[in-house]
Amino acid sequence: MKPFDFKQPATLEQALTLWHPGAAWLGGGTNLVDLMKIGVARPDTVIDITRIPGLSEIDLADDGSARIGALVKNSDLADHPGFAARFPMVAEALLSGASGQLRNAATLGGNLMQAPRCPWFQLPESACNRRNPGSGCDARQVGGLALIGASEGCSAIHPSDLCVPLLALDAVVEVAGPDGHREVPFATLHRLPGEHPETATTLAPGELIVALRLPAGAARFAGHAAYLKVRERTSFAFALTSAAAALELRDGRITAARLALGGIAPKPWRVPEAEALLIGQPPGAEVFARAAAHALEGADPAARKNWRRLLAIRTAQKALHMAALGTPETLPALPGSVFRSPAQEVSHA
Amino acid sequence: MPEIAQPFRFGSNAGQPVTRRDGIAKVTGAAAFAADTAPAGLLHALCAPAAIARGRVTHLDIARAESHPGVVRVLTPANRPFLEGDPAEKPTMFSFRIEVLQDDSVRYAGQPIAMVLAETPEAAAEGVRLLNPQYAAETPRVTLDEEAAYPVEPGGFGRPAATLHGDIEAAHGAATRALDVTYTTAPQYHNAMETHAVVAEWTGDRLHLALPSQALAMSCAAYAWFFGIPVENVTLSSPYLGGGFGSKAIPTGPQVLAILAARVLGRPVKLMLPRAQMFGPTGHRGATRQRLRLGIDDDFALTALDHDSLSETSSFDDFHEPAANASQGLYAAQALRSTHRGVRLDVGTPGPMRAPGEASGSAALECAMDEMAEQAGLDPLAFRLLNYAETEPGTGRPYSSKALRDCYRLGAERFGWAHRPLTPRQMRDAEGMLVGWGMGTALFPAPMFQAQARATLNPDGTALVETAAADMGQGAWTALAQIAADALGLPLEKVTFHSGHSSLPDGGVAGGSGHTATAGGALHAAGTDVIRQLAEIATADPASPLHGAGNARVAARDGQLFLVDDETRAEAFEAILARHGGQSLTGGGSAARPPEDAQRHAMSSHGAVFAEVKVDPELCQVRVTRLVGAFAAGRIINPRLADSQLYGGMIWGIGMALHEEAHHDPRTGRVLNADLAGYHVPVNADVTGLEVLTVHEEDPHVNILGIKGVGEIGVTGTVGAIGNAIWHATGKRIRRFPIRIEDLLAE
Repeated sequence: MKPFDFKQPATLEQALTLWHPGAAWLGGGTNLVDLMKIGVARPDTVIDITRIPGLSEIDLADDGSARIGALVKNSDLADHPGFAARFPMVAEALLSGASGQLRNAATLGGNLMQAPRCPWFQLPESACNRRNPGSGCDARQVGGLALIGASEGCSAIHPSDLCVPLLALDAVVEVAGPDGHREVPFATLHRLPGEHPETATTLAPGELIVALRLPAGAARFAGHAAYLKVRERTSFAFALTSAAAALELRDGRITAARLALGGIAPKPWRVPEAEALLIGQPPGAEVFARAAAHALEGADPAARKNWRRLLAIRTAQKALHMAALGTPETLPALPGSVFRSPAQEVSHA
Repeated sequence: MPEIAQPFRFGSNAGQPVTRRDGIAKVTGAAAFAADTAPAGLLHALCAPAAIARGRVTHLDIARAESHPGVVRVLTPANRPFLEGDPAEKPTMFSFRIEVLQDDSVRYAGQPIAMVLAETPEAAAEGVRLLNPQYAAETPRVTLDEEAAYPVEPGGFGRPAATLHGDIEAAHGAATRALDVTYTTAPQYHNAMETHAVVAEWTGDRLHLALPSQALAMSCAAYAWFFGIPVENVTLSSPYLGGGFGSKAIPTGPQVLAILAARVLGRPVKLMLPRAQMFGPTGHRGATRQRLRLGIDDDFALTALDHDSLSETSSFDDFHEPAANASQGLYAAQALRSTHRGVRLDVGTPGPMRAPGEASGSAALECAMDEMAEQAGLDPLAFRLLNYAETEPGTGRPYSSKALRDCYRLGAERFGWAHRPLTPRQMRDAEGMLVGWGMGTALFPAPMFQAQARATLNPDGTALVETAAADMGQGAWTALAQIAADALGLPLEKVTFHSGHSSLPDGGVAGGSGHTATAGGALHAAGTDVIRQLAEIATADPASPLHGAGNARVAARDGQLFLVDDETRAEAFEAILARHGGQSLTGGGSAARPPEDAQRHAMSSHGAVFAEVKVDPELCQVRVTRLVGAFAAGRIINPRLADSQLYGGMIWGIGMALHEEAHHDPRTGRVLNADLAGYHVPVNADVTGLEVLTVHEEDPHVNILGIKGVGEIGVTGTVGAIGNAIWHATGKRIRRFPIRIEDLLAE
């Protein structure tokens, strides 16, 4: 491991001053430390931001909005009863991610900034434009990973569960930097790889996420929201595909809709065409199927043959169906899963 | 050597569900594992793993690595010190050729191509990175290729012989219904929580090793051979193991290199493999492609059972997963054939992994049996009962015991098998999930190895028993202490048990599900020897109430000797020893199965596993919601630990059926998912409704204790049962393991 300086600033100002090219912010460390151990991240300075005061609050405003500090632990946010009631699919996405131990350590800000799990990104000897600009892309050599939004230079998939409902709910990221504070709409936080896979977000060097806001309008979906995550095993696995679906229903018709997918693209993937199609419709299998069919419009032609394309569309469809059924009273024992009650009675046909 | 804590539950010997003797030490962190050993002056070793699977290393930047602060030495093929044992030879029959920097060739990804020795683990890691290896790479071979297949040449360990009983072609011809199917299983890597480690220290030509080992004495012999020293110069401490699964019985290249480094540098050296380096030099379960040809007659009796297995091995050594053997001892077919073919790949040499052969072979066999039953229109359990083997198929030898019929009956009852619809896609749960039920027969041989033990009865009536056995977490040290306490006629709390160190009598190999029978047999013999000596003293002592009684009529119980025919004539051990100079008594014993016993009977554990799966009809996710396993494994020494072993095997079966698979980069041959986030095994939430039933067997033939072993059988039967349940839920036969969403999603 490369030797590094370890700094523990006591204030946000100190932290911002300490940053320089080659430095890395340390929150929960659940991603950075792993990357340092395998030689993918090689900071000369690690700036531990966990002692900065004021970044660990969860504030629920009367207007329905919320502001969450960047250092709030994933598990603390998911288990906050007021937050989970207002934004159930965010809580469910949080609980479907990683493992209990990791959620206890991982922070909100770190989750937004986590690195892809592309195997070649994680093998320092291999060609990876994201890790080593200009070196090529070994994932592309074996067919690529992302179904949509990839470039010749990078097809890594964004791994976060949390980011999928945050995108759907129009979250806003508050950022501090050498030039002061600014706000970043969630939809513009992550970048597609394009010609510069090494630049995964629109944050400037030295900027630091300090908080996340969910707008007042997001709470209107509390009654009909679902996060669905598809995977081979029940926990501690990244999504093969996932979807965050949220509906507002009035008089039997959809008055507002949100749909975002995970596991398919280099960033969380919103489907505005599907949302537009749903407005004014009564909820039902047929309209959900038509909406979900938009999920991979514009996908890489090679992805048309990929079984994950069909899975992604079905995932979106199922998430819409689950949202229409209504948010469960309490968070399910198996978050993000269609297997809500494993002990159910079996009926014979 | 570890002091084993006194048990927390008193008065319980064999047959009682005593908790693990080492449990509290392990869960509180008090247990020190081999890599916790930290002698003064310790250096840290780390291998540089090859990033290609085939080719040559053309350059290593040794100067740059050695200039990094804290790096002490870089070992490469150019400067690797002399090793007395030729790595192309094998020190024991249970060994493989190893890679210890003998040349610049790369034979598999993850092969050590250099070793960095440094003052800290971090400096060693940076040294490895700075080596920046350059290669001349060739296209690797990492998939089973029929074109390159060759017949396996029989030769013992990992080289299974072909078998043939009856006229297989005639039997195929006599069949009125036939099945010809091919199943594949994926490469799996042992992923014990504790990775391979060693702390090596030399004093002159004496070698001290702290090294997690499933086979202490055999390991000492192997390391002595590698370093050209007498075996008595090697001491090996294997205090606790964080799992082994077959991979910690055999010396590996990285461990030999670390020991060599300690010798040449004159300082103790510690190596603990990073998780990613467990995917290469430490063995794995090779992939298989198995073809099964079955035929039945009009009465649904198997005429032919013909099992061919194609399996991988490395380019430089042989270990072929003996998968086809799984079908040779189970069903009463008129003709039976097993053949093994191999393919050489650019992978590390495979090795024994929990139920080697039986796991892969049973998966394919039990699914093929299910397909045959489907074709015949029969219930899968009824079909198996129609082909129940009363004697060993092919040889006609009697079984030493076989309560498989009881396993079928009890397991089926407990599971509710009678309510199973014959045809698939008939069951749903309230949420609309497809539900399926499947079953499989479990079988695992009951071998014995060789072991020795020593027992010492102290004047205060307590005892010390000693054998260098290995507790991988299975609870061997607890079960063995129970056996020893019974042999000595003492309550368990009066018996101190020492193990895990090579200075103790050879406790044999923790493998093949034969450790409790073998080391237990030796402890039983040692304890019995002490009691015999004590009885001789007492019966010859005029002051003893036992005076004059013949030795054979005396027995020990609860710290007393007594006359079998007259229990009022009894005396405490302490009293007998007090009059005999207050000295302790030491006895020895050994255990092995006489060859004629092995010839006379077929000896196996049996079982039946019933599985329920739910399959999400839209997204095709599969979850195992219930598993009931009924097993007959002779006498159960500790029901709690035996159940735990059977649970563990069945959970392994869930992983083999649905999760475990190493993915190779087709271009470099590297394993792409060489960590526990990417290499999936079941998590807790994947294991619901697990149930084990054990059927008691009195087996006077298998060994003196009547023990058959429970460590591996749980994997067998389970994988096939899950595959069959998936068919029953969906109507789809997926003929590869693990079964994936993409398989079920395909139209």
